[in-house]
Amino acid sequence: MEWVIEAVIRVLGFSAIGFVAMIFVFLLLEGVPAFVRVPLNNLFDTSWYPSLGLYGVWPLIIGSLLVTLVAMIIAFPLGIGTAVFVREIAPNWAREILKPLIEVLAGIPSVVLGFFGMVTVAPIIRESLGAPTGLTAFTGSLLLAYMSLPTIISVAEDALDAVPRSYRDAGLAMGATQWQTIWRVVVPAARSGILMALMLGMGRAIGETMAVLMVTGNAARIPTGLSDLFMPIRTMTATIAAEMGEVARGSTHYHVLFGVGLILFIVTFAITLSAASVMFRRRSRGGLR
Amino acid sequence: MSQQLAQKLGFAFLGLMSLVVIVPILLVVGAIIYAGFPALSWEFLSAMPREGMRAGGIFPAIVGTLLLTLGTGLVAIPVGVGAAVYLSEYARDNLFTRAIRLAIVNLASIPSVVYGLFGLGLFVLLLQFGTSILAGSLTLAIMTLPVIISTSEEALRAVPMEYRTVSESLGGTHWQGIRRIVLPQALPGIITGVILGLLRAAGETAPILFTVAAFFLPRLPQSAFDQTMALPYHLYVISTQVPGMPLSIQHGTALVLLAFVLSMNLVATLIRSYFRRRREW
Amino acid sequence: MVGNPKIQVRDVSYRYGQVEALNQITLDVPEHTVTVFFGPAGGGKTTLLRLINRLNDRVDNTSMEGQILIDGEDIYAPGVHVPGLRRRVGMVFALPLPLPGTVRENVLYGPALAGIRDRNRLDELLQTSLEQAALWDEVKDRLDQPASSFSGGQQQRLCIARSLSLEPEILLLDEPTSGLDPISTAKVEHSLLELKKQYTIILVPHSVQQGARVADFAAFFLMGELIESGPGADLFTQAQDQRTEDYITGRFG
Repeated sequence: MEWVIEAVIRVLGFSAIGFVAMIFVFLLLEGVPAFVRVPLNNLFDTSWYPSLGLYGVWPLIIGSLLVTLVAMIIAFPLGIGTAVFVREIAPNWAREILKPLIEVLAGIPSVVLGFFGMVTVAPIIRESLGAPTGLTAFTGSLLLAYMSLPTIISVAEDALDAVPRSYRDAGLAMGATQWQTIWRVVVPAARSGILMALMLGMGRAIGETMAVLMVTGNAARIPTGLSDLFMPIRTMTATIAAEMGEVARGSTHYHVLFGVGLILFIVTFAITLSAASVMFRRRSRGGLR
Repeated sequence: MSQQLAQKLGFAFLGLMSLVVIVPILLVVGAIIYAGFPALSWEFLSAMPREGMRAGGIFPAIVGTLLLTLGTGLVAIPVGVGAAVYLSEYARDNLFTRAIRLAIVNLASIPSVVYGLFGLGLFVLLLQFGTSILAGSLTLAIMTLPVIISTSEEALRAVPMEYRTVSESLGGTHWQGIRRIVLPQALPGIITGVILGLLRAAGETAPILFTVAAFFLPRLPQSAFDQTMALPYHLYVISTQVPGMPLSIQHGTALVLLAFVLSMNLVATLIRSYFRRRREW
Repeated sequence: MVGNPKIQVRDVSYRYGQVEALNQITLDVPEHTVTVFFGPAGGGKTTLLRLINRLNDRVDNTSMEGQILIDGEDIYAPGVHVPGLRRRVGMVFALPLPLPGTVRENVLYGPALAGIRDRNRLDELLQTSLEQAALWDEVKDRLDQPASSFSGGQQQRLCIARSLSLEPEILLLDEPTSGLDPISTAKVEHSLLELKKQYTIILVPHSVQQGARVADFAAFFLMGELIESGPGADLFTQAQDQRTEDYITGRFG
């Protein structure tokens, strides 16, 4: 009896590998035909008009990268600053307020944030810029920044937490102020974890779907300059979400959308892998388990 | 400028940054409560939608979300807790275990819409479950696994190693120690993790887009092979796809979803802090 | 030697990874005596105790050579029922480690796992083992209170009672009084002298003095080596080896 339970537990333990493998295989099976059916010069062209048979994925890739990049430019300093504040400076009462609120942010469904972005943020952006629409790449970046903040803050906080107390004492003992100790001793000592925070936040942002779908305006055009940040744009995730519901199974469009999913999978996998290598390196250095 | 002054300014600046982070959170929650509250009524919560969803209630979407959450839990809880028990109690520190951990981190980072694609390809089409509660729940369950596994594993590892040793020294088998000591002690932490995972599933839209969600269904689902409406998808639909939708209904729907998710969050937090105070180690 | 050897350790060497914990230990532990393993920390005493009831089985990256026999049977032979072995060999750890739950649940944890269901039998085990551990009078009215609500000394005696409830043949005690006050320590030591009539006891004392007080037989361990062993009365008064002598007289350790 007991060995049955233990065998089941073992199988469940291995299951995560099975699921990742299954997801990858499925994306391959359904995505690879896209590269067969659509000529590569079409696929990597700049026009995405599936109804005309034009499947250029560049605008989608660039769109995802632009939105993610800007989101990180906003979120990274905010996230690290907040993590340092919470972990190193804030009095207890401030911590008691900040941490649960950040957890609340992590719990808000992305469709709710997207909705808020549509009805509240977008009009503000439209009016303050005098632009024709508030549904822009920048609006998406702003939302993505906040959606990745909980990830960035909690990973960075863990990293700061892992810096031994003796480092701080040593810094202070040498006559440095607390401020100097934080930036010259503690943060540098936590840099691998902070890098991990950035990467995981980025992974979160690039894969986010509903909020960007609702606020970026969904125009598949390639941004050419900085002003395009305030124009509509379209990401890989939003494209899949918006179009998959209407395509026929087995059509070229269907396979291309799976191909886009495959690209997303590979990108997030690569980000995770590099973040994980940082994590495992730290773990193997750090004693027990 | 003296060092002390520089430090004061620096601290103030970081405090300001934290404000920039949390004030918008308060604004979002506050705005949705403020704008959504007037729309709430018993009818809104308990009636079917009418007039092309522009009037009436959101009852089927609420039921659908509850059903999907339940279905997700039925699959994700045993698999996730089992995997956590394996990792915490059985796995040795070797390459294979690292591969499992990597897979879990990776599952956590796969974009939700890619889960949607996977669910569509495997459950809806290949296994022919159709767009159904079954297909949606399975998709959401796999997506929820990493949260449940990592929080449960953390709870299991927090149980002092010595309890396992003591149990074995008293003639307990490995599994008896897990079953009678470790699992009961870790239970509050596991429940917290399960709730956190399920609330994530309850709020997700992208994975259910092509696997279960119905635009409009004038009746409640009859079986696991039926489609259903769901709160997050409903909010998406009425705020982007239905012209002339009264804003109050949109806000009301957003509020119901937000309240559902945040109250689950609160319950998880309360369980965690209650048992943390009570435990004997 | 008095009595039959209950436990025979034959050429046992043990490694944690590259670190040698025990080096070719050979030793007999006579029946119905208190045998004391003593020596400075890291000498291998605890490791040897853990090997006698196979508690190190699931510790990764270790290797063992040699044999340990109880009543002449190799406990590491294939097919040995390990939980059964552990029921014959009770163990008490350095810190009081009550399991979560009440006094009753703690004492009856072992018997419950062993499948004993009979109420009367369980009540009897509860009382006798608490009596043997000199705890019954203090807890008999509080059997259903959480074990964690008792003092450290009471908790440690509870842990002894918990091992006794399995009616083992051997009792291994790893510095059982290290966290206790002198009065509790005296109570535990006193109960040991009672218990040896029934059990074979191995004690790692928390001080040389304690070892000298209770030892029928003693063995001195230093850095994984067994330096010498013999009747307690001889070893603590006229050690043969200079290192033992130095340790006993407090020149190191």
